[in-house]
Amino acid sequence: MRLKPALGTLGPFLALIAACAFFATRSDRFLTGENLSIVMQQVMVVGVIAIGQTLVILTAGVDLSCGTVMALGGIVMTKFAVELGVPVPAAIASGIGVTALFGVLNGLLVTRVKLPPFIVTLGTLNIAFALTQLYSSSQTVTDVPESMSVLGGTFRIGGTSVVYGVVLMLLLYVAAWFVLRETPSGRHVYAVGNNPEAARLTGIATPRVILGVYVVAGVLYGVAALLSVARTGVGDPNAGQTENLDAITAVVLGGTSLFGGRGVVLGSLVGALIVGVFRNGLTLMGVSSVYQILITGILVILAVATDQLSRRGAR
Amino acid sequence: MTTAALSPTLVMEARGLVKRYGHVVALDNTDFELREREILAVIGDNGAGKSTLIKALSGALVPDAGEIRLDGRVVHFRNPMDARNAGIETVYQDLAVAPALSIANNLFLGRELRRPGMLGTVCRMLDKARMREESIAHLRELKIDIGSTSQPVETLSGGQRQAVAVARSAAFARHVVIMDEPTAALGVQQSNMVLDLIRRVRDRGLSVVLISHDMPHVFEIADRIHVARLGKRVAVLNPRTISMSDTVAVMTGALAPDAIPADARA
Repeated sequence: MRLKPALGTLGPFLALIAACAFFATRSDRFLTGENLSIVMQQVMVVGVIAIGQTLVILTAGVDLSCGTVMALGGIVMTKFAVELGVPVPAAIASGIGVTALFGVLNGLLVTRVKLPPFIVTLGTLNIAFALTQLYSSSQTVTDVPESMSVLGGTFRIGGTSVVYGVVLMLLLYVAAWFVLRETPSGRHVYAVGNNPEAARLTGIATPRVILGVYVVAGVLYGVAALLSVARTGVGDPNAGQTENLDAITAVVLGGTSLFGGRGVVLGSLVGALIVGVFRNGLTLMGVSSVYQILITGILVILAVATDQLSRRGAR
Repeated sequence: MTTAALSPTLVMEARGLVKRYGHVVALDNTDFELREREILAVIGDNGAGKSTLIKALSGALVPDAGEIRLDGRVVHFRNPMDARNAGIETVYQDLAVAPALSIANNLFLGRELRRPGMLGTVCRMLDKARMREESIAHLRELKIDIGSTSQPVETLSGGQRQAVAVARSAAFARHVVIMDEPTAALGVQQSNMVLDLIRRVRDRGLSVVLISHDMPHVFEIADRIHVARLGKRVAVLNPRTISMSDTVAVMTGALAPDAIPADARA
């Protein structure tokens, strides 16, 4: 009885272990603390975006705008600090404010105008991208104040350096896991994704849950923007382009159903790590990046196929 | 003595309900009476106004005219939440459950219990243990036997899912449970299980309004039958003294309500 859900959660984890074991046999550098620390650093931005994406997908939505909204947030916070001389905390807050506003826009278009999330976020993806290019004149923002990159700093555990941003990502995962599992709001997110009509009839304010989910996701994209700036030290108008689809890939690989109402947020962390481990491992093996994209594509289709087949089995 | 028997306590009543949609009159000055601890079947052909009546009683729509009384007091429901807060629960036809959530989660969906103290108020933590215990108690009270309350509803049969929906309404209703075609999608055995369950809900002290097309089911469990026709209540019948065919004739208009013998009325 309890075996099936356990397998659903364990599957992605086993895939991650298998991928790690495979790459460990191919490169002796793979399992070093230094390399695993690099994997975590590479994963932290997409990992935080994937939390927001998980929330949206749990309500049977999808957010295609996540990466470009993050890029806009990064440009806003760096330009505010560098060119307008806004104090760093206020500049960061402005950047997160802009990404949260995009969450409000997505959420209102989905709940009030009742447009499909796919179309809404395809639109805002392009809008955020254009705004980013216009506002930055397609120029990278440099000379970013040191204090904006604090989260890119490291501390050492044993011989391994750990980035503060990675710790923040892990804390955000724990927080999201707690809210989804232990609070009424979390229950309502699952219920709205699983059977919106039933949720409405039991008195749950369905539109408010959906709007809330897009706004929280927007805030998380702002935090991801801060991590991206901290990691690279610049405001990059072309950031977020791989993260856009990588975040969805991570969520799906992590076992969350695209049909909504089923999934565990920690799975998305595992999903993000699977993508990160494949990128890193294949790079260590000297495989061209085109093959990395090819393999990511195959992984996504496998994950969605598993979801679809398990749903059919449940009927 | 006899007067008490002649005027049983009304839990819910409606007088002169009117609802128009443009030129269409869905409710044409209709009355409604629901007694304490009874199963009242509401029957009617398509377009007779029975679903409009039920929507007015459950708060899903606001009538243009007329008044609704609950326990003798006039009530105004602006939405289903108002009706629920007044102690009226509705079991919807399309099985309003979230299949991926557990039985316990479905029973408390939208009305989750939180932990006592700071954990509940500040951390907003769910009291899962208490919800599980109370779910078990509710199901036991209605003699619903479906194993663990932590299993997802999608693992249940159609009848068992309906039982969960009925149990949820019975658990939270204080006066009335309205059921819209509760046996429509079920096989014979599952239907019988749900009919038994409806009796137990009444025996617990609640009044049940049952909307159904299924005449054998109506005759099996209803204490009285409210017949809706052309937006009006044309008769209230006693299933023990009138035949099924006469009931259908009244419903379709083939038999004039005046032609019904007095002992077949209720």
